Amino acid sequence: MKKTGAEILWECLVRENVKTVFGFPGGSTLPLHDAMHKYPIHHVLVRHEQGAAHMADAFARVSGEVGVAIATSGPGATNLVTGIATAMMDSSPIVCITGQVHSHFIGYDAFQETDVTGITLPITKHNYLVTDTKDIAPVVREAFYIARSGRPGPVLIDITKDAQIASIEWQYDDSPIELPGYRPDLRPAYSDMEKAAEMIHEAKRPLILAGAGVMKSEALKELRDFAEKTDTPIAVTLLGIGAISTDHPLNLGMMGMHGYAWVNQAIQEADLLLAFGMRFDDRVTGRINAYAPTAQKIHFDIDPSEINKNVKVDLAFIGDLKESLQKLMPHLEPRHHSEWRQQIEGYKASSVPQDIQQWPDDGKLYAAHVINDIWKYTEGKALVVTDVGQNQMLTAQYYRQDRPNSFITSGGLGTMGFALPAAIGAKFARPEAEVWAFVGDGGFQMTQAELATAAQQGIKINIALINNGYLGMVRQWQELFYNSNYAATPITSPDFVKIADAHGLLGLRVTKREEIESAVRTAQAHPGTALIEFRVESEENVYPMVSAGSELHKMIMRPTVKKDQS
Amino acid sequence: MQHTIIALVEDKPGVLSRIASLFRRRGFNIESLTVGHTEQPGISRMTIVVGTNEVEAERVIAYMYKLVNVIQVEDLTNMTPMVRNLAMIKVLANDAKRTEIIQLVEIFRARVVDVAQESLIIEITGTEDKIDSFVNVLRPYGIIEMVRTGAVAMSRGAMALSNAYIQENIAV
Repeated sequence: MKKTGAEILWECLVRENVKTVFGFPGGSTLPLHDAMHKYPIHHVLVRHEQGAAHMADAFARVSGEVGVAIATSGPGATNLVTGIATAMMDSSPIVCITGQVHSHFIGYDAFQETDVTGITLPITKHNYLVTDTKDIAPVVREAFYIARSGRPGPVLIDITKDAQIASIEWQYDDSPIELPGYRPDLRPAYSDMEKAAEMIHEAKRPLILAGAGVMKSEALKELRDFAEKTDTPIAVTLLGIGAISTDHPLNLGMMGMHGYAWVNQAIQEADLLLAFGMRFDDRVTGRINAYAPTAQKIHFDIDPSEINKNVKVDLAFIGDLKESLQKLMPHLEPRHHSEWRQQIEGYKASSVPQDIQQWPDDGKLYAAHVINDIWKYTEGKALVVTDVGQNQMLTAQYYRQDRPNSFITSGGLGTMGFALPAAIGAKFARPEAEVWAFVGDGGFQMTQAELATAAQQGIKINIALINNGYLGMVRQWQELFYNSNYAATPITSPDFVKIADAHGLLGLRVTKREEIESAVRTAQAHPGTALIEFRVESEENVYPMVSAGSELHKMIMRPTVKKDQS
Repeated sequence: MQHTIIALVEDKPGVLSRIASLFRRRGFNIESLTVGHTEQPGISRMTIVVGTNEVEAERVIAYMYKLVNVIQVEDLTNMTPMVRNLAMIKVLANDAKRTEIIQLVEIFRARVVDVAQESLIIEITGTEDKIDSFVNVLRPYGIIEMVRTGAVAMSRGAMALSNAYIQENIAV
């Protein structure tokens, strides 16, 4: 049957089980968008292509399926770049489809021409330029396969306008994909199992470092079984939040720059680190040459290039974490580490007085209280999305997320402006979920335009906008390391309640802690998207903190007595 | 030290750019890179010489494997591979000097591939050192133009380029 390239593209997307795409049309996607309505795919019109990429990214992180973003050539394509880089850093499977100018115009600086495959080369797992209609179907199949298999990541397909327009005799071909150079199916050698078992059995102070890979590999049960059988405490990375329930007795909590002090202390004291699907990012290791000096290390990762990249390890299991753990379990004997666990409890006790939640109410509104209270009023069941900065770290600390794939944040790239579009993408992935976006006044203004997308789509998300009048995390660094020289960090904001109102959305403002509950209840009861602006203390810091270049356990702790009371 | 890395890659547009981009963004300096067809259709072979240490060479190989179009990679450095360069040297050679130069060509087992009134083009293959010495010997006569390929390399013995990296990591 004769089909146009555009029709072939949509049919391939349907075959990949795509139900929602996030996009913005333009000259080079006209044929593509023209054919769209013949297919059962919902197109979410974004307000900026960066939003489309973030939505696709969050959709993928929440659903575990590939997210799809569509943009036109030139500026449409370049606007995707931040979103693609975000997905790349956090191993999120997305497929970005960009229109390209006619193939005979390529290289002639045609209107809205840009070399997007060149631009995205280092920030995609792979990318394609398609100039021939017959290549569309095989490329789409390969792109989805590459995006979702192995270590997931973004794939971009650039399709020229003429390839979208031309008609060819075509039938869907589902013969096996042949990519001779692509090996996502590496498996650990059996010989390593005995060695690992020996190391685990001999360890006195073992610790599991659980990353996003636990969830990507769907190894939650395996993680729990492993930890329980070997009585090994678990520390999670920022993106590993949700890999294990917060009330599990072996879950210590988050590690790293703004992790719990006792977790970092435990890492530094451990004699065996078991890294499960995490990559020893500099934000979790502190000064690398002083990292976990007494620990042997076993690294489980699906990406061979991560082994010995940041931290030299003693043993590596390359492959799917779930499968590796399943194979390793029969080699393991039960162990008990009560002494070690008591030692960690000891570290914990000394940190508690520094927790802001221990403070008596002083009539002021603190961001940490806002997040804690939203956690309480949502019963910890919300699908949480954060922006980047103080709001992100505080949400990681105070929204005790127990569910997998329910703490969505830009970890590796640290992309401000992520929260709002990501919350929209997350909502499409799990429409029944109560979605809460935690975002600062700075990040929100970067992608605020997507409020109109939420309004047009008629979806319900909740936005907790933490307004402290500063680019808070940068201000914190200026306070601590640059003599409180607040250069370029004070930020004014529009009236966010009016902004919400102007979009036909519900806007609320909270200035006191006792107002939080009613505002949250009102937002929850509102059928459409609701925004609550929380006017919080302007110069609060996130504690504890490992300053850049410092050893992991040497954390700056919250002063036990508040500044204005001392 | 110099590492000689061999890669078998799919013969597709943009593959060279992917490899070059990888070396650039990870901060590796390529000393030479050659690419050409192999005995298998659709597969090209690259010989890449980089100045780096053992650890970094391992890293670059791991990164190369992440590229979808890269099929096999091997560091031949510690396998005493056969390494050859080719150079063409256009040298001034009038009637008075021609015989002298041709004698040098014979000593170095090079070949004269073009003879003109005032010049010769000499082709030489060999290791980098051998070509360097030959160039030095010719320099006094007046080198008009020179072109050199980068190194091409092959391991010795009956074994073909093997993919030790992947084989070690596949379940038995």
